[in-house]
Amino acid sequence: MKDSTSQFSIRTKHLSLFYDDARALKNINLSFHEKQVSALIGPSGCGKSTFLRCINRMNDLIQSVRIEGSVLLDDFDIYQAGVDPVKVRQHVGMVFQKPNPFPKSIYDNLAWGMKINGITGDYDELVEHNLKKAGLWEEVKNKLKSSALSLSGGQQQRLCIARAIAINPQIILMDEPTSALDPISTTIIENLIEELKQNYTIIIVTHNMQQAGRIADFTSFFLLGEVIEHGPTSQLFYNPENKKTEAYITGRFG
Amino acid sequence: MIKLLFRSLFRFLAYLLSFFQIKNKKIRELVYIIVFQLCLVFTFLTLLTLILRVIDESFGFVLTKNTKQVSEVFGETTDPNSLTKTQLINVMKDNMRRGTVRTLDTEKPLAQRTEENLLDLINEFVLEERVIKTWSLYESIFTLHSIRRIHESTPHSQLKFRNWINLTFLINKQSSFPEFTGIRSALLGSVFIVCIALAFSLPLGVASAVYLEEYATKNRLNSIIQTNIYNLTGIPSILYGILGLAIFVRLLLPLTQGRTILSAGLTLGLLCLPIIIINSQEAIKAVPNSLRNSSYGVGATKWQTVWHHVLPGSYERILTGVILAISRAIGETAPLVVVGAATFITTDPTGLFSKFTALPIQIYQWTARPQESYHHVAAAAIIILLFLIISLNSTAIILRKRVSQRKIEQ
Repeated sequence: MKDSTSQFSIRTKHLSLFYDDARALKNINLSFHEKQVSALIGPSGCGKSTFLRCINRMNDLIQSVRIEGSVLLDDFDIYQAGVDPVKVRQHVGMVFQKPNPFPKSIYDNLAWGMKINGITGDYDELVEHNLKKAGLWEEVKNKLKSSALSLSGGQQQRLCIARAIAINPQIILMDEPTSALDPISTTIIENLIEELKQNYTIIIVTHNMQQAGRIADFTSFFLLGEVIEHGPTSQLFYNPENKKTEAYITGRFG
Repeated sequence: MIKLLFRSLFRFLAYLLSFFQIKNKKIRELVYIIVFQLCLVFTFLTLLTLILRVIDESFGFVLTKNTKQVSEVFGETTDPNSLTKTQLINVMKDNMRRGTVRTLDTEKPLAQRTEENLLDLINEFVLEERVIKTWSLYESIFTLHSIRRIHESTPHSQLKFRNWINLTFLINKQSSFPEFTGIRSALLGSVFIVCIALAFSLPLGVASAVYLEEYATKNRLNSIIQTNIYNLTGIPSILYGILGLAIFVRLLLPLTQGRTILSAGLTLGLLCLPIIIINSQEAIKAVPNSLRNSSYGVGATKWQTVWHHVLPGSYERILTGVILAISRAIGETAPLVVVGAATFITTDPTGLFSKFTALPIQIYQWTARPQESYHHVAAAAIIILLFLIISLNSTAIILRKRVSQRKIEQ
């Protein structure tokens, strides 16, 4: 599973995050392999979602947040002075916990993102291509002009994934993408993530440890804003080095 | 303050109850309920009286007398209603000053007018029908007998039941005779003023709201600004009038040319501004954050997010606020008086720099007149104004309902 030749696509160095004076992330040093799925697990409030939002600078939108350290995408520090967070987000797509398509047509959900990012080409073709990649094309090809809100929760979430990949990112961040979905939709999305792995580096936050075990190549365990353990999923699950990791995975707390 | 008032009210009630030695909890409860219901009934009755009074004044018998008699103009035997158009026009040409005929002809060619219209004109200019006495609806119904007697004792008089809110009232310009006067210039003036006020305050208000909600950092200065905007909504409107007088009429005299409809519109725009800002802020707050996140998530800038998602998601609520602001502005009198509304004007507003009057000004001015007939006219104008405000407010309510329904569907 572990590919020794793969490069680190994302690296964080001494990353700390403060809400006013409260420190939510403590000196995080993590590296994520290119074109692999990495899962972030940990109890609620441990900072895994906050960490995820650091990678595409979504935390910049919250006023009280202060960030120290650096996040390197392909050796480029996205927190260095003069970097436009909007540009960062064009390279790092994001899928949220609750499906949140735009209240527009299915077609426009994809086309709007492409338009504002200056992607040129035949939009009909691009929309079809990206919907196919997200495994949604067959279900919606006859109703591209109807509202995205008329889709089911699972379909909406796949539409959000299609919307994210339509702007050609290298990295896709997923913040508990299946927590609001039923088991069947969850399975479809997990299979989709397996496929997307070929082209994208994926980081997924999940509360569901079975899910991490099923889809992730690497897993990091967060606790109280710190990374307790990071490693290949099988190692972390079956042979954890840290007592706390073992305790969490076996369900003794969390 | 209100809390204190309520508390003392309750204390007073409690004192009363103990005075009457009511210890039974159920009876106490009942007394409270009755008191509250009485308050409600009182409020309702006050409103009802207002409306009934206005309606009462708007209909009723009028006693009129012609300066010239029908028989003098048409001859002893002819019935004016049976005459043809050409005959009527001839009657007009024979009996009226040539200048008046020409003016009427240029307004709308006489040959193209209807018979009824021509008869009305003959009534107004040839027979010179004048109102001698008027009665309200209540009097018309319950003192019919004495009204008849007055009618019979006045020679050559006609008794008619008159609806003061009629088409001529809506389309006529102001006249020195109450039966021919109309609210055309006042209505147009109000519409002009509201349009100018909106053109000024809508973009400014929405832009301020967008800035305060989406861009402003939460610091001391911004919270002071926010508090002050809330305070501005509660300021007496006369102060806006004085502000408008100082800024638009005096200071910006070269731009606004003084006491013009533009100054009035801008002054009411100032009055609308805080209402629009606060309502737009609420509207923008109601847009779910997940929508903003999804927009930022695909690499949109702040402005793209605001323009493509936040504003479209909140425009119905913003519109509701705007309508409420309009209905406030349309009923506002004091600022217009200060800025210099004309009390008697017979021309329509033609541009930004014309003199103006507005509906509430007109009503105020008519009620202040000693002649009783003008009170009927004022009542009719009040009904028109109430109708405007009520329909604006209902539009706002309908819009708000539509928004909440859409929320449920989602």
